[in-house]
Amino acid sequence: MTFDSNAFLIIFTGSLIAISCGFLGVFMMLRKMSMTGDAISHAVLPGIVIGYFVSGSQRSLEVIIGAGLLGILATLMIDWLRKKARVQLDASIGITFTLLFAIGIILINLLAYKVDLDQECVLYGEIAYLPIDSWITKSGLNLGPRITWLAGLNFFFVIGFIYLLFKELVLTSFDENFSSVMGIPSKGVNLALMSIVSYTTVSSFESVGAILVVALLVVPPATAFLWTKSLIPLLKLTAAIGISISVLGYYLAYWIDSSIAGMMVTVAGAFFGISVLIHGKKPAWFRGTSPANQPFGV
Amino acid sequence: MEDFIYFFTFQDPSIVWVVLGITLLGIGSAYVGTFSFLDKKALLGDAISHAVLPGICLGFMLAGEKNPVYIVTGAFVSGGVATFLSSWLKRNTKLSEDTIIATILSVFFGFGIVLLTSLQKSGNPEIAGLNSFIFGNAIGISESDLMLYGGLSLVIIIVLTLMLKEFRLMVFDPEYGKAIGFPMKAISFLFNVLMILAVVIGIQAIGVVLMAALLITPGAAARFWTDQLNPLLILAAVFSVLSGILGTYVSFVLPQMPTGPWVVVFLSMFALISFLISPKSGIISRYFSRKKYLRKTHRDHLMKALYKAKEGGKNGLPIEEIYELYPYQKAETNKSIKYLYRSKYIVKNQAIICLTEKGISDAMRIVRLHRLWELYLNESMNIAPDHVHDSAEQLEHLITPELEALLEKRLNYPTLDPHQETIPRENHDLR
Repeated sequence: MTFDSNAFLIIFTGSLIAISCGFLGVFMMLRKMSMTGDAISHAVLPGIVIGYFVSGSQRSLEVIIGAGLLGILATLMIDWLRKKARVQLDASIGITFTLLFAIGIILINLLAYKVDLDQECVLYGEIAYLPIDSWITKSGLNLGPRITWLAGLNFFFVIGFIYLLFKELVLTSFDENFSSVMGIPSKGVNLALMSIVSYTTVSSFESVGAILVVALLVVPPATAFLWTKSLIPLLKLTAAIGISISVLGYYLAYWIDSSIAGMMVTVAGAFFGISVLIHGKKPAWFRGTSPANQPFGV
Repeated sequence: MEDFIYFFTFQDPSIVWVVLGITLLGIGSAYVGTFSFLDKKALLGDAISHAVLPGICLGFMLAGEKNPVYIVTGAFVSGGVATFLSSWLKRNTKLSEDTIIATILSVFFGFGIVLLTSLQKSGNPEIAGLNSFIFGNAIGISESDLMLYGGLSLVIIIVLTLMLKEFRLMVFDPEYGKAIGFPMKAISFLFNVLMILAVVIGIQAIGVVLMAALLITPGAAARFWTDQLNPLLILAAVFSVLSGILGTYVSFVLPQMPTGPWVVVFLSMFALISFLISPKSGIISRYFSRKKYLRKTHRDHLMKALYKAKEGGKNGLPIEEIYELYPYQKAETNKSIKYLYRSKYIVKNQAIICLTEKGISDAMRIVRLHRLWELYLNESMNIAPDHVHDSAEQLEHLITPELEALLEKRLNYPTLDPHQETIPRENHDLR
């Protein structure tokens, strides 16, 4: 097989995104906030649209700021509904993200003639066009695909964030009370995590789409969690899964000519399924006859 | 305005159809959603609504066109697989429920996207219709589709109404239901079937992503107005139907607007308004009742201070001394004094504030409750005398006359509290 630079770029970018999402997803999962990640990835939509409208470009700082703000807003709104209005957690998540997403779609339709923002692009993204979309400086120097740069930057942000706040993240994830006794502002750490999740969502939405970001946030950590319980192996395994789903996802999508992002998620789902079959509880007929620990069926 | 009259007088038969359809659909999903909300499974609906996408695409592939029967069947099957998998994973892995739901949701949706992209690249011209499943388009539903979807909604509504008792048991006390001989497993299976059906129908009008709102929000909003199941279901259905009609109206007036998002916006408005103004558990009413309670406790504490001064032999307290008791609360203290003065609990006697007869009797009750509770904690709970004050400070405002009588009886009408202070009674004479 000859070296295909486009394939390499796509797989490389996909891996960067999958690893950044997976690392954040590990902490989200440990905090039992996987669905909050889902909510944030939907809720950033109005922020993206407004940022796009203000700046007139998909790659501007305004888009990232807008989406980051909306992500934090969604977190705060879920918290407010749960604590102040005393709505149960799952319902507050459901209400928040549907409302914000609906507002986002309405804004897209309202500004449709001014903003060239395709709602399907926001939802599914398309990583296949990545090599065409190059970042060319004013002097005409071609620095390679823009999205790869974006994903790389985001990757270093996420790694830096986790490296710097590792102790705080671990403590607040496992024992919130103890961490507040230690003087760690658990609310602040939480908000920081949420904002970096929203930032990751924004910087990935062009390539994988708002909904598939959720898959990258949730599925690799969940798969890794079936194999190990300690944190560092969990992170390593998540990264390994992230890279393998990018490779397999790309070639499978190439083979049947379909969406790369969708195929990455499908491969992740297959990994998850296999892990469950290996590590889940086996059905009774599979284990063979077990020693009768309950005599007479009592 | 003309549009408004044209729409709401239902002159146009197609509007009648659409409104009828969205009404049935709204009632059906609000019913199902309220039950799943009460069952604390609100997000399962979200997972199902994302998970039907591969089924829709497969149905389309098999039929080769946008045939509603194939599509509904495909959606139903893949929704069913997702529901089954989520409960199977919950039983067989150590993953938490939200992780499982998020996993199923995103994997099914991702697979759906793979199929959808393949379909789009196949160049079938009918494919454009599939997009309406993702964003929903109530106005665009044809009459024959409406017959199918409306009929299915009607089935959901009828089954839920006829088996209300069984579903009530499932939500509130499945163990009891099992004990009195109801097949609870079959009932929750039937409920899952209805829920998937409701999602499959609903996404036609509102789209995959926003379907969760149609299930969750009406129930959550209605929950703030009532504690009873039947009014809850009716109110949820009313919210859902109203927002459905309003949303359809908006997309009728502004044709570039999709229906689904507007329905969700109206639903969320109903919900947020309910959270704020509901008389029982709304945020505003809770804020005011808390404020009222805090004022009452402040007044009680003030009267207690005056009573203690009287116990100490002083006639009353000068106002400066009262301010010093509650530092940084001068405005609050002034308010309390004004209130007590108006209701004739206290009088002002040359810059000294003292209790009236009525005030003494009330203050005495508060002090008595405080000291009785301290004694009770000390004697019956073996809590050290220097640890009982804080609890008594809270409870003195809450103890009812019945509880007071019980405490008196239990403690055998004591005279002294753990700090050797007199427990005052009505005939008690202040030295």
